[in-house]
Amino acid sequence: MILRYLAALLLLLLLFVPVVGATVADEDFVDSLAVDTLMLARDAARPAPASDVVAKDTPNDNGGSIQIRWSPSSDDAAGKVFRYDVERKVAGSADETFEVVGSTPAGVGAVTDNHAKSGIEYVYRVVAINTMPPSAGIGEPTLVQSYSSLSKSVIASAQWFNTRRTIVLIFALVLGALIIYYISQAKAGKELFIRKIAGLEAVDEAVGRATEMGKKIFYIPGTQDMENIQTIAGVNILGRVAKLAAEYETDLDVPVSRSLVMVTAREIVKEAYLNAGRPDAFNEDMVHYLTDDQFGYAAAIDGMVVREQPATMFYMGAFYAESLILAETGNSIGAIQIAGTAMPAQLPFFVAACDYTLIGEELFAASAYLAKEPKLLGSLKGQDVGKGLILIVILIGVIIQTLGVYDFASLFSVPVD
Amino acid sequence: MRREIPLIITFVVGVAFVIQYFIPHSPFDRFEQLFSDWFFIIAACAIWLGALNLMKLSLIKIQKRRKDWQYAVVIVVSWLTMAIAGFAGGRDFQTPGTAFDWLYQYIYTPLSATMFAILAFFVASASYRAFRARNLQASLLLVAGFLVMMGRVLFDDILFGRLFENFQPLADVSNFIMNYPNMAGQRAIMIGIALGIVSTALRIILGIERSYLGGGD
Repeated sequence: MILRYLAALLLLLLLFVPVVGATVADEDFVDSLAVDTLMLARDAARPAPASDVVAKDTPNDNGGSIQIRWSPSSDDAAGKVFRYDVERKVAGSADETFEVVGSTPAGVGAVTDNHAKSGIEYVYRVVAINTMPPSAGIGEPTLVQSYSSLSKSVIASAQWFNTRRTIVLIFALVLGALIIYYISQAKAGKELFIRKIAGLEAVDEAVGRATEMGKKIFYIPGTQDMENIQTIAGVNILGRVAKLAAEYETDLDVPVSRSLVMVTAREIVKEAYLNAGRPDAFNEDMVHYLTDDQFGYAAAIDGMVVREQPATMFYMGAFYAESLILAETGNSIGAIQIAGTAMPAQLPFFVAACDYTLIGEELFAASAYLAKEPKLLGSLKGQDVGKGLILIVILIGVIIQTLGVYDFASLFSVPVD
Repeated sequence: MRREIPLIITFVVGVAFVIQYFIPHSPFDRFEQLFSDWFFIIAACAIWLGALNLMKLSLIKIQKRRKDWQYAVVIVVSWLTMAIAGFAGGRDFQTPGTAFDWLYQYIYTPLSATMFAILAFFVASASYRAFRARNLQASLLLVAGFLVMMGRVLFDDILFGRLFENFQPLADVSNFIMNYPNMAGQRAIMIGIALGIVSTALRIILGIERSYLGGGD
């Protein structure tokens, strides 16, 4: 009986073992088939590598930067590239680990590595990356990539001259030479013709008017700080106006919006009163601070103008939106107004509201013009001749460019850094 | 020496700035940032000079009951209120909900906006004077201004919108005036300004212009 059961069990085993074996073998077969399919899908999705990888030191910089360019993958146009990763490693290093230094979307073939260390030799490679959709056999998109060959080694270094600014240097040198030449001419006693600037010719008249009316002169040196060259030009003119005011014994009021301007303007006015032989008439509170705030400053001055009704107002320096608020208030009380600024957007406002306006360069010329010193006038002459030179260059450029003979403008292009 | 030392400092700093523009190499590449930082540090410290000057003059005006001394009271009270609210708030004085922030949001900002808004009326009054056709130039200005304004407010749509599609002659004229005659004038002014800046900078660096040191000699 027992033998029968054993025989039956043996028979069953004999029957089932091949079936189970076949099942396991089938599963292996399916698995290997899936892997092969996945591999095939990966290979199909894998883009051709980028080529011609060139790495070079970024020119005209302070080091620490390398530009990498490459020809895009041949599959880029077919949409088989998702992005490019740029990787680097130290050239000749035993460590084969690459570090990703930048990425670009498909279609772009350049990146700048701004984190390189100057003096270290690097090699770069570009990884063309594509995504494989989930339908290709796995649950989520995976990245497939191909590597370019390595670039030649490159070292980041700082340069001693920014060649992109050569044209600026040439112009600065020419202009500087002209200015220095005319200064030397003026010092040698040569008579220099300087065109009349109506606004500056009117300074005496404006101060005189305040004297006759027994009213104050208001001098507004703009709303910017001493680092702004317009403010410097403004306070330079203040010295001449203050000297005249001291000579005419007219009250001068200089409300300022910056503490450093207050300190500087105070020194200038003090010196002007001293030079005019009226140190006793100087009161340091004639130069006083109001506020740094643009509209607070405008409001304070408007209030003072309306209450004190000055006869003359000067606006010399950098102004923004407050220009018209100030100038129109001055205009409304009938003050004689002379303005000067190098802010092109504010010039129309001053022209509309003031009696005289120094336009741009005239503001910078004012101090020299008023001083009538040969050295200063020489610099003005040099500036004017420089302008004439630029006009000639522009004229030649317009003719050449119009005739289409040569791309003249390219000679003067200064790329933005 | 009172004059020579500032002149030497001006020369050295001026030349350093010129050099750093053309030389990107260290240490010149750090000059601009370095000087800029120092300027802001000095300006920030100097704010007390201005603030105390304002307080001093205002208090004297109140004490001596000078004309319009009441406005000085407003200055002193406002100054103290903002200063106390700022210092009381500590490091987080600008955080929303603090007294300083409340004063800033509900008093300072509306007051500034009010001043800015007044500009609209000043523009109107200045335009009225500037655009009066007194002579040929003023008449040209008037016509140009009128055309630009009409083009900018899309007046074409009102005039021609129902009849023609994409027919905007006023906008075209406006753009032409802005892009050509106006741009040419602006650029001429900009070239002059650039030359003026170079010339002034050179005068200051070389010590020819000394007015900013006090006096002109």
